[in-house]
Amino acid sequence: MTIVTARTTDRGMMTSFKSSPEAGLSVLLFILLIAGWEAAVWLFSIPSILVPPPSAIAQALWANLTTARFYTHVGVTLWEIVAGFAIGSSVGLIIGVVIGQWKLLERTVYPYVVAFQTVPKVAIAPMIVIWFGYGISSKIVITALIAFFPVVVNCIAGMNAASPQQVEMLRSFTASRWQVFRMVKLQSALPYIFAGLDVAVVLAVIGAIVGEFIGAQAGLGYLLLQRNFSMDTAGSFAILIVLSTIGMILHQLTNTVRKRVVFWAERDERLATETT
Amino acid sequence: MISVQRLNKTYHTRDGNAINALSDINLEITQGEFITVVGPSGCGKTTLLKILAGILGKTSGDILVGGTVLDGPSRQLGVVFQEPLLLPWRSILENIMVPIEIQRRSRTEFEPKAHELLELVSLSGFADKFPNELSGGMQQRVGIARALIHDPDFLLMDEPFGALDAMTREQMNLELLRIWGERRKTVLLVTHSIPEAVFLGDRIVVMSPRPGRIAEIITVDLPRPRRLEMINSEDFGNYVKRVRSHFGSEGLD
Repeated sequence: MTIVTARTTDRGMMTSFKSSPEAGLSVLLFILLIAGWEAAVWLFSIPSILVPPPSAIAQALWANLTTARFYTHVGVTLWEIVAGFAIGSSVGLIIGVVIGQWKLLERTVYPYVVAFQTVPKVAIAPMIVIWFGYGISSKIVITALIAFFPVVVNCIAGMNAASPQQVEMLRSFTASRWQVFRMVKLQSALPYIFAGLDVAVVLAVIGAIVGEFIGAQAGLGYLLLQRNFSMDTAGSFAILIVLSTIGMILHQLTNTVRKRVVFWAERDERLATETT
Repeated sequence: MISVQRLNKTYHTRDGNAINALSDINLEITQGEFITVVGPSGCGKTTLLKILAGILGKTSGDILVGGTVLDGPSRQLGVVFQEPLLLPWRSILENIMVPIEIQRRSRTEFEPKAHELLELVSLSGFADKFPNELSGGMQQRVGIARALIHDPDFLLMDEPFGALDAMTREQMNLELLRIWGERRKTVLLVTHSIPEAVFLGDRIVVMSPRPGRIAEIITVDLPRPRRLEMINSEDFGNYVKRVRSHFGSEGLD
């Protein structure tokens, strides 16, 4: 199961870039790695079908970015990711909240959710393509399925994370069940939900690509497969760079939203690290 | 005004044993009175408070508040808990307004009152801060303001200063007496500190454990307003001794 605790997500990347000496070091490391790679390819004259030099990848990337056709592929994949993520995570959110609110449902329905989660979504993907066709919709379904589970599981965990004392406090002021849900439970679940969304958004990229691998007429996964067949390794690497850029931007976006919405947990974290 | 009659509370443990948490509690509290409940851990004092707050069911007996039978949480009560229990995502003002929101009372009418209460608990200027920007003592004062915002007749306090250091605690006791003097609420305060019980109370309900019952109710005849110097007086010492006599050599806790 992918219960991600709210606190431990996303420390590494963000914090290491913020503090300047480490940031300088990691840029230096990057330059050294690329230079070493380039040198190794030339030095041992490795065929570029096997490992292309970074300069060739950069050229391929530039050639892609200056072609209009490339952006239709980017657009198709991006749409699959965003639509799949939106559908999967909102369904996950609703189901997670409903299951988390009623203990009976948690006992009866949740085991099936867990059981279904253990089925590898990638393995169902070929069937989904048969059911929903080679177009965009099958990819959206696959992406939604993959994005659904981390959100549902974290949402349920979050709903149980509300402090019983705070619930008691609200009840002593005559709060109804709905008010307890709205004023404490949902808020306490938010850090968990965002941790789940963060996992889901990265998985959504995988979902879209896997879907396109199985059968598609457009998209970055489709393009990647084509280039792989024509031994265009530099071109494949260029697509990988674009894909990970998309992933990073989406991750940053969810993080920015999280920091605005769950600002209080952020402060808590800072306090906790100061005192320990 | 509050009348507790033949109150019993029995817990059932998982292995089927019954634990008698409260046994035959009888207590009459008149309006404006400051009652302190003192006893060692496990004497049922917090259980009694939770039943009065309506968040814990009773096994038998009756509780009347202002003539009506208490059945569940009541708008006539304000509760201060062992911990401040502020909601970290709400500003201090919004935390104080929690009961107003729950009871669907008029925001415009009560927001000025929230600011008055902030002044009363010496926190004016903190309305827009967030809980984690305040110290423990300040947070508990917000908790007191929150319990007073809907203008309840009764204030229930469950070891409200237990988590604070000794100096802050004395300060908070004085402030509580000042607030009580200004607002004239009926207060029931649970504590495990005998000096605190004597210092604050008009009457002290001394409880003893297994089963939790009232051992004695002591009327405190120390003059009001109470001052810290009184703690060293002979009268004060005699009250402390009298309470302590119920717990023998075991002491508290």
